[in-house]
Amino acid sequence: MEHTALLQGIHVKNGKIKTRTLTKATITVRAVIIFLTIFTLIGPFLLKYSTIDWPTAIFYTFDNLKMMFLQPAFNQITFGTAITQIVITLALAFLATILGAFVSFFLAISTAKNLAPASLSNAIIAFNSVIRAVPTVLWVLIFAIVAGLGAVAAVLGMMLHTMAYLTKAYAESFEEIEEGAIEALRASGASWWHIIFHCVLPQSASYLVSWTFLRFETNYGVAIAMGAAAAAGGIGFELFMSSSFYYDLHEVGMITYCALIVAIVLEVIALQIKKRLMTQ
Amino acid sequence: MMSTITLDRPTEQVTSKEASIAAQTVLELRNIEKSYDMKTLIIKDIDLQLKQGEFVSIIGPSGAGKSTLLRCINRMIEPSSGDIIFDGTNITQLSKSALRKQRTKIGMVFQHYNLVSRLTVFENVLHGRFGYKSTLQGILGLYTEEEKMLALSILEKLGMKDHVYKRCDQLSGGQKQRVGIARALVQQPKLLLCDEPIASLDPNSSKVIMDHLKEISQSMGITVLVNLHQVDVALKYSDRIIGLNRGSKLFDDLPKRLSQMDIRNIYGAEVDELIFE
Amino acid sequence: MTTTNFLRMKKWKMTGIIILLLAITYGSSMITDFDVMKGIKSIPGTIAWIATNLIPDAAAMENLPKVLSRLWETIILSVIASTTAAVCAFFFAIFGSKTTQINRILAFSTRLIASVFRNIPVVAWALVLVISFGHNVVTGYFALFISTFGTLVRMFMETIDEASADGVEALNATGATYFQMVFKGVLPDTMPQMLSWLFYMIETNIRSATLIGLLTGTGIGYLFDLHYKRLDYGTLGLITLSIIVVVIAIEFTSNKVRRMIL
Repeated sequence: MEHTALLQGIHVKNGKIKTRTLTKATITVRAVIIFLTIFTLIGPFLLKYSTIDWPTAIFYTFDNLKMMFLQPAFNQITFGTAITQIVITLALAFLATILGAFVSFFLAISTAKNLAPASLSNAIIAFNSVIRAVPTVLWVLIFAIVAGLGAVAAVLGMMLHTMAYLTKAYAESFEEIEEGAIEALRASGASWWHIIFHCVLPQSASYLVSWTFLRFETNYGVAIAMGAAAAAGGIGFELFMSSSFYYDLHEVGMITYCALIVAIVLEVIALQIKKRLMTQ
Repeated sequence: MMSTITLDRPTEQVTSKEASIAAQTVLELRNIEKSYDMKTLIIKDIDLQLKQGEFVSIIGPSGAGKSTLLRCINRMIEPSSGDIIFDGTNITQLSKSALRKQRTKIGMVFQHYNLVSRLTVFENVLHGRFGYKSTLQGILGLYTEEEKMLALSILEKLGMKDHVYKRCDQLSGGQKQRVGIARALVQQPKLLLCDEPIASLDPNSSKVIMDHLKEISQSMGITVLVNLHQVDVALKYSDRIIGLNRGSKLFDDLPKRLSQMDIRNIYGAEVDELIFE
Repeated sequence: MTTTNFLRMKKWKMTGIIILLLAITYGSSMITDFDVMKGIKSIPGTIAWIATNLIPDAAAMENLPKVLSRLWETIILSVIASTTAAVCAFFFAIFGSKTTQINRILAFSTRLIASVFRNIPVVAWALVLVISFGHNVVTGYFALFISTFGTLVRMFMETIDEASADGVEALNATGATYFQMVFKGVLPDTMPQMLSWLFYMIETNIRSATLIGLLTGTGIGYLFDLHYKRLDYGTLGLITLSIIVVVIAIEFTSNKVRRMIL
């Protein structure tokens, strides 16, 4: 029989030929998907809802969104104020990014596996994951207890997350540098700092710039949130005032549009930088 | 279990009506042109006829338009003008779904194998059956036992049966290309388009692949059209050679009629490095 | 240009960039009233404060059940917002990615929609939703869903763009339909990476949920706000600690799973 020969070594179950065997990876993927699906289906029943009048709530949401997006207007503040506040938000984001980047550079050269001892590297990674686990807004509020609510608390709080994020990104960029390049310098008797500034930094500069700008873009969004949630100033605070204090959705809409335009511009610049630098 | 493997049928036909079929035209290109910017023509006024079971190579320097021409045949790239008559149908005028039907009869083999790397060899080969299935059957992976047997028999012929359950990213280049060929054959095509099938392979694997392609054209009666960069390989395997330069057909004849002069014409400045290689 | 000239140019360029960055930094601190010295000084102060005050004491431990129940609520919210957003994001990413787009107009509009959703500050969504849905988990859910959706479309689209142009071409050549091509050609190769992004978003959303909770009076963020205003630092420590434990646990599991599937 030709067919029995053909089926030698082939898995057949219930008269059906199997097209794949289960591997650890496929089993894990399936298990994860099944778990998440079940959790998503059951989850909503585990939450406590205070009574919602759904039809009214949905109606009001659309009504609010209409006011916000279709009839935007400035009432309490002027266009000039909005621009100033956006600049303040950008400045907060910039400070957090630049200070974070500065610290991250030193942390990253102490984390990269090809530059630093494993024990130091692991210690910094552990430290950073604790830092990252705490939400930015909590950091800002914690700093605010000592430094008072305002720019100092906001910048320091945002800086911590920036630092944790950039350290990881920088270290990965450093690790991608060819081992040979570093080895050659080491063999020629160059000191550690020489290696950093003449090999590591020039080789990875474009990645560092790209990651840093990407984080600046993220920090702009974070800075808006901190303005609203931790009264750190900037456009986020104005957003909070006009929605929670004045209930003026027309103005919320206008502010949202202003913030959105800046965000999209930043995103486009980040994409361009990434495209240009990373394809080199 | 099922009785016949459907693939064997075309082979029987070839032996019974050999003479008449040898003259049967499978594909005809008439005045095919392609331009991306309305100004420069990548493909210039190509006429071409392929007969059943023929093994034809297209040679030419890189950038001559070989890949573009091949992809125009199954309209992976839309030709700007001209007609493609495949198996008696003018496919230039077909709707999307009708084109899909016709594509099932045209297998394609790629330079970079184009496999779904995280799936098994078996699954990748069975992808060749999608054209015969409804969307849902394809998504759920519902293949008939006949289809699976067909896939296994083809894999066996190509010497890949021991690897059916391997993930494609664990295979060597030559093995990947055999999976690519098996995927095309499982479509039960009348025409096989091969785009630089050995350009990424070492000499030994290249020989295995070319031998298989030759075998396919001879024993299964499938027309094979291959883009090749290497003149010597084309000379060794082809029934007919087509020379392409800057989108124009400069040569279309038996391998033995390809003179040094023709090669010089086709390859232009590149010719010296080819000869002294 | 000679080598020395070139090197000198490069040096000038570097110096220029550094001066520019310093100028922007100085300008930024002027605008925002950020006092660098005060900032540096407050770091040791804060560390000392954390070490002495942010320790959960016996009184704080009495709040543990309350903290855990709010935390559980936050976890559920983060997970279901992430998974539902991921399903929607997948379809948008397919229509938006260059390799799988149906036509350019549809691709451009999906990318535009995703970009708008992603770039409107999540606080704006939260503030608007809280007006109609009140201090309710639903508010938190929608706000998280919208921002997660926007981010995941971008991530998924990059994943699809990077992974699978070859498989797509082959399946189109066999005469496969569009959705066969998507589910059998694109999904198998991109699934692990997309799951990895999903885990990342779940982890991120626990943190975002805290922020949104603060604004909308829900979940763990509300609890933090409550005890912050009461100056009940012991409980604050407990809340912070529990968030750290949850986030690190999720990160740990997702790293493990990631290693198994990639």
